[in-house]
Amino acid sequence: MTTSSLTYGEAILSGFRYLLSNYPEVFVIGQGLWSPWYVGNSMTGLDKEFGQNRIIDSPVSELAVTGAAVGASLCGYRPIVVHPRMDFMILATDQIVNQAAKWSHMFGGQAHASVTVRSIVNRGGEQGAQHSQSLHAWFAHIPGLRVVMPATPEDARDLLIASVLSGDPVLYIDDRWLYEIEQEVSPIVEKNLRTEGPKVIRTGTDCTLVGSSYATQLCVEAAAHLEKQGVSCEIIDLRVVNPLIFDEIISSVEKTRKLCVVDGGWSACGLAGEIIAGICEKTAPSLLESTPVRLTLPDAPAPTSGPLESTYYFQSDDIVAAVLRLVSKRVGELSR
Amino acid sequence: MKNRIEGLGGLADPQLFNETLEISKWKQETLLQQLKMMLIIRGAEEKLAEGTVAGKIKCPCHLGIGQEAVAVGVSTNLRSTDRVFGAHRSHSHYLALGGSVEGLFAEVLGRVTGCSKGMGGSMHLYDGARGFMGSVPIVAATIPLAVGAGLAAKMDGRGDVAVGYFGDGAAEEGVLHESLNLASSLNLPVLFVCENNFFASHLHIGLRQPSDSIARFAEAHHIPNEVVDGNDVVAVTGAAARMINRARRGEGPSFLEAVTYRWKGHVGPSDDIDVGVKRNQDLTKWKGRDPVRRLAKAMQEKGFLSAERFSKVQEEVSTFINAAWMKAEQGDFPDQAALLDLVYFRKDEKR
Repeated sequence: MTTSSLTYGEAILSGFRYLLSNYPEVFVIGQGLWSPWYVGNSMTGLDKEFGQNRIIDSPVSELAVTGAAVGASLCGYRPIVVHPRMDFMILATDQIVNQAAKWSHMFGGQAHASVTVRSIVNRGGEQGAQHSQSLHAWFAHIPGLRVVMPATPEDARDLLIASVLSGDPVLYIDDRWLYEIEQEVSPIVEKNLRTEGPKVIRTGTDCTLVGSSYATQLCVEAAAHLEKQGVSCEIIDLRVVNPLIFDEIISSVEKTRKLCVVDGGWSACGLAGEIIAGICEKTAPSLLESTPVRLTLPDAPAPTSGPLESTYYFQSDDIVAAVLRLVSKRVGELSR
Repeated sequence: MKNRIEGLGGLADPQLFNETLEISKWKQETLLQQLKMMLIIRGAEEKLAEGTVAGKIKCPCHLGIGQEAVAVGVSTNLRSTDRVFGAHRSHSHYLALGGSVEGLFAEVLGRVTGCSKGMGGSMHLYDGARGFMGSVPIVAATIPLAVGAGLAAKMDGRGDVAVGYFGDGAAEEGVLHESLNLASSLNLPVLFVCENNFFASHLHIGLRQPSDSIARFAEAHHIPNEVVDGNDVVAVTGAAARMINRARRGEGPSFLEAVTYRWKGHVGPSDDIDVGVKRNQDLTKWKGRDPVRRLAKAMQEKGFLSAERFSKVQEEVSTFINAAWMKAEQGDFPDQAALLDLVYFRKDEKR
C-alpha cells in the first residue's frame, strides 16, 4: 500500500473530492464556499471542479441553510452543510438538535436525516469570545446525533467520508489549529462510522491520556516530553464522542491505573467529566491509583487580549505538569 | 397575481365569503372526491375528539375542524413524488394525501401499526410513500425542510415540488424570512402554504402582528403570492394549481395564504377552552363559512349531488371511520427495543 503525505487541511479537501467524485447525491452548502479563505485550504477550488450547483455558497442564514440540507437529506441526498465558525452554528441548533437528530426515532425509523454538519473551531489570534468555542459537549449530549472530532489528517479525511456515508446526522468538527499538521496517509478505504471510535494512538504503562481533536495533538507532544522524564503515557484519541465507546479507555486505565483527560471545552457538564464519570462507573472502585485529572479551559469566555489568551489556552507543558503531579500522588491527595 | 399586502380586509370578516361556491369550471368527479375527503378529515378529527374525551387518547391532538378545504385543495394538485411537510395541526395534510385513517388513529393511540410506528403521536405523522415527509410541533421548523426538499426536487429535475404548511404564528419565527429568501434566491420549486386562522395558541393575530396579512412577507422576498378564502375548496384548488404548475415549469417558489378558522381550541376537543369569550361570537359566524357545507350546497344546487346521495356518502364515511378506529384499537404497542433501536439508522449494525 502506497502512502502519501498530506496536511490536515489537504486531507479534508481530498475527502470532499472523493465524496463528490464517487457519490452524485453528495452536495455541499454553506457560507463562504466560493471564497475559500473562510475554510483554509480545505475546500479550495471545489466549486470550480464540481460546479456551483453542487458547491453552493449560501445567504447568511445558518438556520434555513441547515434546515434545507436536512430537508434535502430526507429526499435521498447526502448534503454537507459547512459552518466556518462553530459559534454561528448555534443559530442552526433547532435543525440539528430538534429535527435531524430526532427524525429517525420519532417517525419509527422510516426516514433518517443523512446530513453531515461540518463545523469549524476557529480560536486564538485575539478573535475573542464569539469566534472561539468548541461546543462538542453540548451536541454530544443529544441522542441521535453522531459527533466526530478528527485529530489527524487521515482521520480528517476518512471520518469525513464515513460521516457522509453513515446515513445518520453527523456533526463533524474540525479545528483550524490542526490544518498544518502533516502525516503519511494510506489510500482511502471507506470506513463504517458505527464501528469507528476511540483508538490507542500511543502505548504506555504509567498513565492514560485521553484527548480529542487538537487536545490529542497536545497529548502527543506532552507524552514525548514525559517519556524523557521517565513517565510512559498511553494516549487515547476519542475520534467519535457520541455515541461514546468506552472499551479502549477502560482497557487502558486497567493497565495504567491513572487517568488524565484533556479537552478543549469547559469543565462544567463537559466531555472530560463524562470520561471520568464513565471510568468511575464502569471499573472497580479500587482500580485508580490516583484521583483522575481533567485539563480543560477555565470556565470563562475566551478573552481577546493576547496575554489573557495565552493563559486561557493550555499547552502541552500544562499536560506535562498535570501528569507529573498525577503519577506522584495517591488517590485523594491531589486536592490537597 | 394580486398583491394584497395591505391586509386581509373582507376575507377576515366571517359574515362575508359565505355564498355558494362557484364550481361550474370543475369536474363533478373531482368535486365529489374533494367532498368525500373533507368529510373523512372532519369525521376522523371528530373521532379523535371523542377518543380524547373518553380518555383513550393521551397525546396532545391539535384539531383542524373547519380548515379541511386547505389541505384538500392543495393536495388535489399533488403527485406522490412531490414532498410535503406539515406542522402540529397536520391531520388534514396527512389525510388529504391519502394517508391511512387507521394509521392516524393507531398513531395517536401509540400503536406500532400507526403511521409513525407508534413513535410519533398526533404531532409526528409520516407517510413517505404518499409524499408526506413529516410533521413536527416546533413552530416553523419544517419550513426550511420544505425548502431543502425543493432543492432536492430541483436537483432531481423531474418537475416535482415541495410543499410547506404552516400557520400564521410561524410568520413570527425568523426562519420563515430566511427560508423565503433562500427559496427565492435559488429559484426553488416550493409552495409555501400559510393557513391563517388568526390564532397562535391563545393569542389573536391582532395582538401579535401589525397586520393580519401573512403574504406580505412573500412580497418582501419577491415571491408571487395569492390570498384566498381558505374555506372555499375550489378557490384553494385553483390557486394551488397555478402555483404548483409554475414550480413544475421551473419558475420558482410561490406563497399561498389561505384564510380560515379552527372550530376547536388550540389543543384538544373543546371549542373555546383557551382562547376567550370573544371567540364564541366569531366561531358562530365562522361556522356559516363551513367549507364542507358550502361545497355540498353548491353541488346540490348544480344538480351534481342529490340530498339522498349526500346522506349516503356521509353514512359511508362514518362507517369507514368507525371501522378504522376499532381496528386501530387492536394494534399492539411498539416493542420495548424500539426505544434504542430507532435512535440511529440501521439498527442491525453495531451501534
